Formats: sequence, C-alpha cells, structure tokens
Amino acid sequence: MFSRDNWREIFQTIQKNKLRTFLSGFTVALGILIFVVLFGFGNGLINTFQLFFEDDAQNIITFFPGQTTKPYKGYKSGRQIEFDRSDLADIEKNFPMFLEYVTPRIGRTYLTKFKNESNNYSTRGVAPSHQFAEKTIIMKGRYLDKLDILKKTKTAVIGRLVEKDLFGQEDAIGNYIDVGGSVFKVVGVYQDDGGDDEERRIYVPYTTLQLIEKNNDKVDQIIVAFKPELGYSGAMALEKSLSTFFKEKKYINPNDQNGIFIRNVAEGLKQTQQLARVLQLIVAFVAFGTIIAGIIGISNIMVFVVKERTKELGIRKALGATPKSVISTILLESIFITTISGVLGMLIGIAILGSLDKTLEDFFITDPYIDMPVAIFATLVLIIFGGVAGYIPAKRAARIKPIVALRDE
Amino acid sequence: MIEIKDLHKSYKMGKNSLHVLKGINFNVEEGELVAIMGSSGSGKSTLLNILGMLDELDEGSYTLDGVAIKNLNETKAAQYRNKFLGFIFQSFNLINYKSAAENVALPLYYQKVPRKERQEKALKYLTQVGLKEWANHLPSELSGGQKQRVAIARAMAAEPKVLLADEPTGALDSTTSYEVMDLIQKINDQGNTILIVTHEPDIADMCKRIVHLKDGVIIEDKKIEQVRASKYV
Repeated sequence: MFSRDNWREIFQTIQKNKLRTFLSGFTVALGILIFVVLFGFGNGLINTFQLFFEDDAQNIITFFPGQTTKPYKGYKSGRQIEFDRSDLADIEKNFPMFLEYVTPRIGRTYLTKFKNESNNYSTRGVAPSHQFAEKTIIMKGRYLDKLDILKKTKTAVIGRLVEKDLFGQEDAIGNYIDVGGSVFKVVGVYQDDGGDDEERRIYVPYTTLQLIEKNNDKVDQIIVAFKPELGYSGAMALEKSLSTFFKEKKYINPNDQNGIFIRNVAEGLKQTQQLARVLQLIVAFVAFGTIIAGIIGISNIMVFVVKERTKELGIRKALGATPKSVISTILLESIFITTISGVLGMLIGIAILGSLDKTLEDFFITDPYIDMPVAIFATLVLIIFGGVAGYIPAKRAARIKPIVALRDE
Repeated sequence: MIEIKDLHKSYKMGKNSLHVLKGINFNVEEGELVAIMGSSGSGKSTLLNILGMLDELDEGSYTLDGVAIKNLNETKAAQYRNKFLGFIFQSFNLINYKSAAENVALPLYYQKVPRKERQEKALKYLTQVGLKEWANHLPSELSGGQKQRVAIARAMAAEPKVLLADEPTGALDSTTSYEVMDLIQKINDQGNTILIVTHEPDIADMCKRIVHLKDGVIIEDKKIEQVRASKYV
C-alpha cells in the first residue's frame, strides 16, 4: 500500500490535477492559518491584560481618604477624613504578620525647572518601599532611602522622560532642579513599564514634602502591600479588617461607604483573570468553529473530487483496480495534500504571529503566540477529519459498478 | 474458453421485474472472433456486462477458462477482470491526464508488474497498434481512431484470455472503423479470443461468427466467412 509505485501514481494524480490539489490544500492551509492566528491573537489579548497589572505590584491595597456621609459618635456628616503618619505606624504595629511594607503617597503637581527648561510634573512624596509598589526601575543613581525620609533631605528621583525634557543629552544625576520653588538634588533616574505618563514623575521623600508644606503631618494615600502568600481570600479579609480599623480610628460610621475608599489590586486581578479566561474561551470557541468550517470545507471538496473522478475510477476498476486500491488511492492523496498544506498553514500562521510581535499593541494584542502542541493538535485534527471526510465518498466510489461509472452521459 | 448455461437475468424496476436474458446457452472456443448482434433492448449489453463480470447473473452458470464465475466479491471480481479480461469501450475511456503509454501500462500497474517492465510492455503493445511515436501524447492530442487503438493496446497489455469490445467502432467514421477492425482481426489472427457487441452488419461480417439476440434469447448463431477489413483500408 505504501510502495514507491503507489506514491508515484499519487504524485502524478496530484501534479496533473492542479486545481483540485490547490482547492483542497488551500482550504486546509487557510483553516489552520486562521486558527493559529486567531488563537495567537487571543493569547496576545491575555498578554495585554496581564501587562496592565504587571506594571504595578499585584499585592497592593490602597486607602484613599473621603468625606463622611453619615454622622457618627457626635461627628457630623460631611467631615473630610485625613491620613497622617500615625496611621502608617499603627498599621505597621497592628498587622505586621500580614504585611510586606506600607508606604504613604502625597500627590502634587509642581512647576519644575532646570536652567531654561521648565514643565509641570506630577511630584510624589513617598517612602522607599514605594519603589516596589510601582515597580519603579532605577536606570542610574539610586532610589530614595530611609535616611532621606529621616533627615527630610531635598533629594529627587526623576523619570526617564523628565530627564529627557529638562536635561536633554545632559546627565541629570548630581544636578539641582527647582521643584515648586524648592531646590532638589537629583539622585536617581528611573523607568517604568506603565507608559510615558509614569515616566514623567518625580519622587521625593514624603517627609520633605510635609516639611515644605508648613511642616504638616498629613499623607494623601496609604499603600499597603500584603504578603502574596495570603492569596485572594486572605487579601480580601485583610482589606476588611484594615477598613474596620480605619473606620474605628477615624470615627466613621461602619456603614458609611464614603469615609474611606479602598482599591484592592487582588480584586481587580481576579476580575481580570476571569475576563482573560472568558476571552480565552471565546477565542477557543471561534477557533474551534474555524476548524469545523475547515472540516466541512475539505469534506465538500472530497465529495466533489470523488464525483469528478467517478469515470476515472470506473475505468480503473474495469482494468482491475480492487475497491481497496481505489479507497487507498483517494485517501492517501487527500491525506498527503492535507498534511502538506496543514503543516504549511500552521508554519505560516506561526510565522505571522512571530512577525507581529508588538506591532498590534494599539489593539491590545501583545506578543501573540500559540503553543506548539495546540497548533499541532489542531493540524492533526484537520488531517484526520480530512481523511474521514475523504473515506466516506471514497468508499462509496469503490462500490460503484464500473458499468455505471462508465456509462456515457 | 467461455461456457454459458441457461443464463437468466432480470432487473427490478419498482414492483415490476424486467426479464432481460431468458435462458442463454452459449460457448466460445479459444481463438474465436464473435459478433453479438441485436437491436437495442435485445439484451446484448447485459450479456457483455455479465461476461465482463461488471454485472451478476441471476440463474445459470458462467465458466471462464475453467473457472466458475459465481458469487464474486468486489475484490475477487477486480482480480479476475484484471487477469482474464480486456475491455474496449465505445467511448475509449482513456484517463485524460495520462499519456498513451501510461494508459496502456495501467492494467499492469494493478497486476503489480514492476515499473520498468510495465513501460517496456506498454511500448511493445503501442508498437503493435502502430502508435509508438505517440507514446508520450495525451489522449486529447490523438484522433478518435488513435484513441481506440490506444484502448486496444491497453486491453491487450494485461494479456487477457478474452477481449470484450462494446461497440468499438460506434464513435468512429467508416474508414477509421475498418482500420480498427483490421487491427482487431490481426489480434485475433494471433490466437486471441474476442467478443464484439455491435449493431452494424458490416462490422459483424468481419467476425468469424455472429450471435443474434432478440428479446433475451439467441435466435441465430452461425459461423460465417470472414470479410477481411484490410480490403477497405
């Protein structure tokens, strides 16, 4: 059945019937190609979603002060809640076993100048551990350290684009910039995966900002990083007890939704992962549909091929072709074409995905890819079903009496 | 060579059954050239189909070269056809994407003859029908007579016991018809057994024996003085 003679016969048939070969090959190649590209796009979408969250640390709960809407313990509603340094200390004291670090954040926008260049930048007063919360990457120099906080030094870490804007080609490290009327020494330059906005920021010690602002004690937000091993439910529980703690300390009605606002990355992360999973499901569904369409396509072509060859098969049978040899000729031919074109379509699809890389990032598709086993499995499925689809009409053709097949129309 | 005893064949057409062959008794010796004649509906094609193992008989017996042809499955029938029979059709039935030589070699392919030998034999038989120079041409590049000669070479290639020809000259003009008949006569002269179904009396006259069918029975079976086709060529 697999002799060289047999293959020679099959090759000849394939070569001499180019349209037929092209049609069935094209269907299979296109089916696999679309499957691979679609599946890759799905993975690219998921990649993008993960990147959104990888920009910042994923074990972060942020507390924002709000305005009360309910009176409580003698306090009227409409009271502005404020955080201060004692809150940080209290959290560190009460929840040490759950926490990795705690950092405040004070957000301001200052006109910043160096020589003749000036621009408005978001300036943040933070503690050293804020670096981990934002996943700030130091390019040169250093980040803020404990000593900066303690001594309230006028040091600043500036974003890559701040350096580019203000210093041009010059090295910012060691130079002094004017931030809102105070002179800060640049000790570090950073980059951030979060995009241009995040690289146009200036980080300074929060204690220094407090000192400049009439030596107050207030912080805007409190960022709490929990230990990752807490997991989703642990993080939710911690969020709840921290919320209770704050509401008690700040005399906020436990049922007041507006006294304190909380953003828990764990929650968002879970939602995103669910969304990604749904996306993957949709993509898998569409890809599955493509394969089904491919199978239907190849089945149609096989029916057409056998129909077209009825007379030829009748001649062959009259000359002594056994039903087995008729079936095997048709099957081997179809499996040969589907295998070659299936693999070709798969490789082209993978090549397309590889060449896209980051070019579709604007459409939320990052680094699209497909796992080789998935691609190979899909190709195999199409080949096998192509074979099955070929077998049924081939078997029917083998049973046709030569006299019927040879009858003149 | 061929022995047929009390052959019956009927086709079911809905509720009715059409009795086509009603008890045929008929022998063919080796080396005979027999014409089977009859108007359409006389059952001559059905008889040829049964002789060619393309159709099955209902009653009676059919023995070909001492082998009883009965209850054959498709595979066995295919093997017997390949071994015992060569077909020549009215519409030639060459495979259009294969060259003349490849068409002639095809029955040998199904006999699992090695490729080299197939090509040699194909060329030998093409030479015999006078088409050696046309070996590498496609059927579409040949005239009707040439196509039929390729088909005859193909039928001969497997060296069958019996050649069955169904209206071999039906699609040809008379000059070409005589050329083809001349070839068939020459093949017969070499000792090959040939059966020809035809409704043309002049073609039948070029055989050595005429069997006349009417309404499913043989009404006449006579040996005749053969008219040589070479006279007209």
